[in-house]
Amino acid sequence: MTTAVVELRGCTRDYGAVRAVDALDLAVHEGEFLALLGPSGCGKTTTLNLVAGFVEPTAGRVLIDGEDVTGRPPHLRGLGVVFQSYALFPHLSVRENVAFGLRERRMAAAEIERRVGDALELVRLEPAGRQRPSELSGGMQQRVALARALVYRPRVLLLDEPLAALDKKLREGMRDELRTIHRSVGITTIFVTHDQAEALGLADRIAVMNRGRIEQLGPPREIYERPATRFVADFIGASTVLRGRAVAADRVVVAGGTLHVGGRALRAGADVELAIRPERLRLVAAAGDNVLDARVEGLVYQGAQTEVTARLGDGQRVLVFVGEPAPVPLAVGQTLRLFLPGEAFMVLDDR
Amino acid sequence: MLRLAVVLLLAFMTLPTVVVVAVSFNPTAILSFPPAGLSLRWYANVLTYPQFQRAALNSVLVTGMAVALALPAGTLAALALERGRLRGRHVWAALFLSPLVVPGVAAGLGFLILAAALGLLRSRAVLVAAHVALVLPFVVRSVWVSVRNLDPALERAAASLGATPWRAFRRVTLPLLRPGLFAGLLFAVVVSLNEFVVSLFISNRVTEILPVAMFTYVVNYTDPTIAALSSLFIAATFVVVWLADRYLDLGRVFLRR
Repeated sequence: MTTAVVELRGCTRDYGAVRAVDALDLAVHEGEFLALLGPSGCGKTTTLNLVAGFVEPTAGRVLIDGEDVTGRPPHLRGLGVVFQSYALFPHLSVRENVAFGLRERRMAAAEIERRVGDALELVRLEPAGRQRPSELSGGMQQRVALARALVYRPRVLLLDEPLAALDKKLREGMRDELRTIHRSVGITTIFVTHDQAEALGLADRIAVMNRGRIEQLGPPREIYERPATRFVADFIGASTVLRGRAVAADRVVVAGGTLHVGGRALRAGADVELAIRPERLRLVAAAGDNVLDARVEGLVYQGAQTEVTARLGDGQRVLVFVGEPAPVPLAVGQTLRLFLPGEAFMVLDDR
Repeated sequence: MLRLAVVLLLAFMTLPTVVVVAVSFNPTAILSFPPAGLSLRWYANVLTYPQFQRAALNSVLVTGMAVALALPAGTLAALALERGRLRGRHVWAALFLSPLVVPGVAAGLGFLILAAALGLLRSRAVLVAAHVALVLPFVVRSVWVSVRNLDPALERAAASLGATPWRAFRRVTLPLLRPGLFAGLLFAVVVSLNEFVVSLFISNRVTEILPVAMFTYVVNYTDPTIAALSSLFIAATFVVVWLADRYLDLGRVFLRR
């Protein structure tokens, strides 16, 4: 078995009475691009800081390449870090910023010169070398920060919300660039974000975090299509969670209607929670299996689709994305007949 | 209207200075205004009066030593006030800035009693110590502003790049504190050079600094010598402030975000 490049073993971090990270276990593999995804305050940044050494765990160990680095100060960990604010040194030029880590490693001047050139080429910023960071756009500053963190070929790259400070358009460009750079450098990367689209689009694996713990760890498709918990289903993409009672291994009664549910075998008589993505629901004309009636409560027209909020007979809310042009005119108060395909249901763990 | 008000206000503020400078060129030995002619004889008198020479040297020594001690001490204090895990940060800050609100006479008397108790009344060290205490609030306040503007992520970034805490301080923190350090230096020099009340209590003929020597001179003689010396003093202060301001402006351009 190969050892993990970065491993957290039972890491806990308390800030006074607040537990930011709670007995966390995590192993990051060679060359992997791992996203720590979660709402603010879920402990994702603290987890990153534990790896970087800016924060020491209250309990537990941090290992890099199988070696215990708990208690080792950040300057001896040899990792590359890109900060949310970029943290470029305002009094140094772009080249000097990038050269900083090489100088601290007492590298020869010619070698520094060559490596800085290579790093700036990697992020396509060679012409800006003499400028100060403040003279560059946000996207360019971001790329300088990336070059500075990569130039000394660290074992691991840590990115703290690297795209949060950019506007939407730049963010998308930078996302592609990050992917390209990761692919060409092949460096093991841990990446903190609260943006699910970023995590889904970039990561090999996503660790969805909540209250200092990892709720689910897996590839993006698995996280999106088979969320293990209600929290993950809520946090990743829009979804509707329906409560019902299993009447057979593959059948659930919700709001008086019977739904055939694929996938997991259910225990008859158990209360279950089913999640379904709003884009999977369809409007139909006839009643039948897997069809529920719902009264429209709200409509949000969005061009390509309309977001419909509706309420089932028993008061549970359902979110439906209806593609435009809609098959029937939509109006608040009207009753819609919804088809919920059995294979689209995600059965949530009861927590 | 507004412009006239500004002009009047400026005139009111600068009139005493103008009078002193004008009187310093008076050919006669009377402190009268307007001057009766133009002469440099009082300037010659200033430069050749032995006690002024001695006092000027004392001023340079005392200010130089006081500033050299207060600048690093004040910088450390500012860093501690902003970054340190201090309980009662506000109390500490108030203590550091308190010399600003203590009347000079009270402070002078305190230093006098202490110096006498320690048998240091003839020493220049007491003068230096008093000046350190008097300029420290200005240094702490100036540097503190720069420390506050410092993004703590910068030191983390330096650490992640392999810099030891000391190297991170040398290569990142200190250069970025430069505007605050220069402002603090400037304030400290000007305050120390002009300090009179406290110094009067704790200096003698041998150790007295220029403002004290000037006072002693005025008590004994009334001729435009003192106006000439004051004019030189004003000119020197002006040059220091002007140079520093130019340098500080450069510093700001340099740090523009």
